[in-house]
Amino acid sequence: MMNRPSSFAHEHLLHRLYRIQQQCRHIPPQAMQQVAIDYQLPLSQVAAVVEFYAFFSTHPRGRFDLLFSNCTSCGYLADGENLLQILCQQLQVIPGKTRADGLVSIGEASCIGTCDHGPSMLVNGFPVIGLNAVKLAQVAQLVANEIPLPQWPAAWLEISDTVYRRDLLLSERLIPGSALQHALRSGASETLMIIQRSGLRGRGGAGFDTGKKWQLCREAAGETRYVVCNADEGEPGTFKDRLLLHEQAGAMLEGMTLCARIIGAQQGFVYLRGEYRYLLPHLQAELEHRRKLNLLGVNILGQIGFDFDIDIVIGAGAYICGEESALIESLEGKPGIPRIRPPFPVTHGYLAQPTVVNNIETFIAAAQIAMHGADWFKTSGTSTSSGSKLLSISGDCEKPGIYEYPFGVTIRQVLGDCGAADAQAVQIGGPAGTLLGATEFERTIAFDDVSTGGSVLIFGQSRDLFAIHRNFAHFFAHESCGFCAPCRIGTQLLKNSLDTIAANRGSVHALEELQQLGKIVKHQSHCGLGHTAANHVLDGLRQFPQAFSDRLQPQFTARFDLDQALADARQVAHRDDAAAHLDQKR
Amino acid sequence: MTTVTDTLHIDGEEIPFTPGQTIMDAALMAGQYIPHLCHYPGLPPRGNCRLCVVEANNRSVAACTTPATPGLQIRSDTPELNEIRKAITQMLFVEGNHICPSCEKTGNCKLQAMAYHLGMLDDHFPQFYQRREIDASHPEILLDRSRCILCDLCVRASRDIDQKNVFAIAGRGTDARLIVNSPNGKLADTPIAITDLAARICPVGAILIKEQGYQVPIGQRIYDQNTIRETGLMETIAKKSDDEV
Repeated sequence: MMNRPSSFAHEHLLHRLYRIQQQCRHIPPQAMQQVAIDYQLPLSQVAAVVEFYAFFSTHPRGRFDLLFSNCTSCGYLADGENLLQILCQQLQVIPGKTRADGLVSIGEASCIGTCDHGPSMLVNGFPVIGLNAVKLAQVAQLVANEIPLPQWPAAWLEISDTVYRRDLLLSERLIPGSALQHALRSGASETLMIIQRSGLRGRGGAGFDTGKKWQLCREAAGETRYVVCNADEGEPGTFKDRLLLHEQAGAMLEGMTLCARIIGAQQGFVYLRGEYRYLLPHLQAELEHRRKLNLLGVNILGQIGFDFDIDIVIGAGAYICGEESALIESLEGKPGIPRIRPPFPVTHGYLAQPTVVNNIETFIAAAQIAMHGADWFKTSGTSTSSGSKLLSISGDCEKPGIYEYPFGVTIRQVLGDCGAADAQAVQIGGPAGTLLGATEFERTIAFDDVSTGGSVLIFGQSRDLFAIHRNFAHFFAHESCGFCAPCRIGTQLLKNSLDTIAANRGSVHALEELQQLGKIVKHQSHCGLGHTAANHVLDGLRQFPQAFSDRLQPQFTARFDLDQALADARQVAHRDDAAAHLDQKR
Repeated sequence: MTTVTDTLHIDGEEIPFTPGQTIMDAALMAGQYIPHLCHYPGLPPRGNCRLCVVEANNRSVAACTTPATPGLQIRSDTPELNEIRKAITQMLFVEGNHICPSCEKTGNCKLQAMAYHLGMLDDHFPQFYQRREIDASHPEILLDRSRCILCDLCVRASRDIDQKNVFAIAGRGTDARLIVNSPNGKLADTPIAITDLAARICPVGAILIKEQGYQVPIGQRIYDQNTIRETGLMETIAKKSDDEV
């Protein structure tokens, strides 16, 4: 049996907590105590985990727990109407609160990865897509009649993937085991050389040399090694992993197994984002299939001593777990707080052992390279960014969907292909990425130009960019892990500041303030989330200053509404008569 | 017998270090103060307050968590970095409810002393006015989360030095809060004692020992007599018997 920590003795801590949440609609204190005993953990660690992940709650949620995405593409405001408000009115629910009869609760979730299908929500954890006001009236009926989700209209639950452009990766179908057979014939060192020569860099956006990462892990001292696939794409606007998990799960698992062969790992994990839980049966079937083919398990492909298997661990709603060291913390059954680096995961990763963490697209590319060779890969892309990149395109365009391009493609071509002729701006790489206006559309998708994990959000001429910034600021304030002061407090201050401006209470000094605050968050924070959380504000101030300045007040304006600020005092005094209000006209 | 030590430069001054030391370790040992709130010599560093962020070979890194390496050129005591440190201190003030004149920690408080050290004259940012829970259940120790800056020192002290694991931090973003490791979440149900380092290491007034508040009059307290720079250089390896505060 593989060397596993106690949290795996029965099932992963996150999975156990998920089951309790499903059964009890929350995680009651007694359940936490039982979990602490069963997993031999401090109660405070269990409580910290419960409080960290958005899909766990300490107060009962409704039997129908509806979480609207709040992304700019699949969110409840994406089609101009406030769908969350509409449904709350229909079902008599206060957002964030469970209805008194316990039937239903309605809240928000960060992007759920259905941006090509319009406004969407999670119903008890499963996505329901293509929402509009008409559908919501039906939803309200279904909920009121307590119709279980599987009996809802099938078309609402079926998430199709539309691919408009296939290139290097998507036009290949790997025959199960073929890349591994190649690698076994060539030997581990030679295969590593091929990966290195291909110039493959991590597809998550940071672009670390994949071959170098595998080599460092292979050379690191450790009792054992681990391979981890980051299937936690949570960047708003990204959904290409959905397609890859549907269509290319085999190649992903083969890439992981290949990595295991090269670095000498016996255990791998796929860390799947909670929003993609509906893909679990498919992935488990794929794993079973590969075990039957002897592509996983003991003595893989008859190679004595080549033992490797893969477990799937499902996250519970935390964007930060896409950061590799936070992901490892989460795998270890802890809150997803990024670690201090160095040491890096390649030397001290999962359970302090050398660990490779790559994303789905990277593992698939590695498998294909092992199959077709380094030169095949290098024919595509640029000299420093070889190969291709999958883009998830959504927002104001005619053809939202998945596009695969060789690196080096211009933004202008991408916009042309997806039918976004009237784009005023595009956010490449999601809220953490780069905001580009029309003057920069000649720039290219590449590691040394505009780098991206794959999210492309398009904003047409009629879009209010300030509302986009506000949305992004709310996203980061919600997803900041809270560990370090500049990010925890700074993202909140950015959010509050944009809210103040939106309420027409921003002063002329606000722009300078935003700029300074943005710089502090960017440069002083602990991890990549903080380093990128203010990018959109800094980009926006540089390229679209009028989106902010148009809303500023020329004269002094109080940040808050004085009469509203007295609401608490009125409540305490049980008064709401005219004399208890400030005369606004005076 | 002498061993050859490596050196790095902080603000132009050459400083020796031994392998395994962080930039902070080396700086403090050499009498170079780098502002910090979440670091205490002898406890494992966490790097969450970010006051000690310095420029090392033109990269921003936390001095308390970054290993010292030979030849590093570090800039720390610069007007730009001290302005940023002041802003972070202001952020910590507005996030919690820090009302110095009515706080019994006044004069002994590191956050307050840091504000003086960095020349902070106002909060600058709008207050959050968060409602945070007070735990007065313990007969000798008060926990007032209004003043907690989430530095994690009590968590580490209790776990690593006292071996009691009384505290943890739970929640996310500005919902992050100090929690107590007991079934009802109250301090009274834990083995914490006033002799524990965890009960004494709080840099602010979040964990207070009861009935001691005004034994030392205002005017004769720690930071009435010394700056945080001076005391920061005197702090030694954390031990249970250490008379911190």
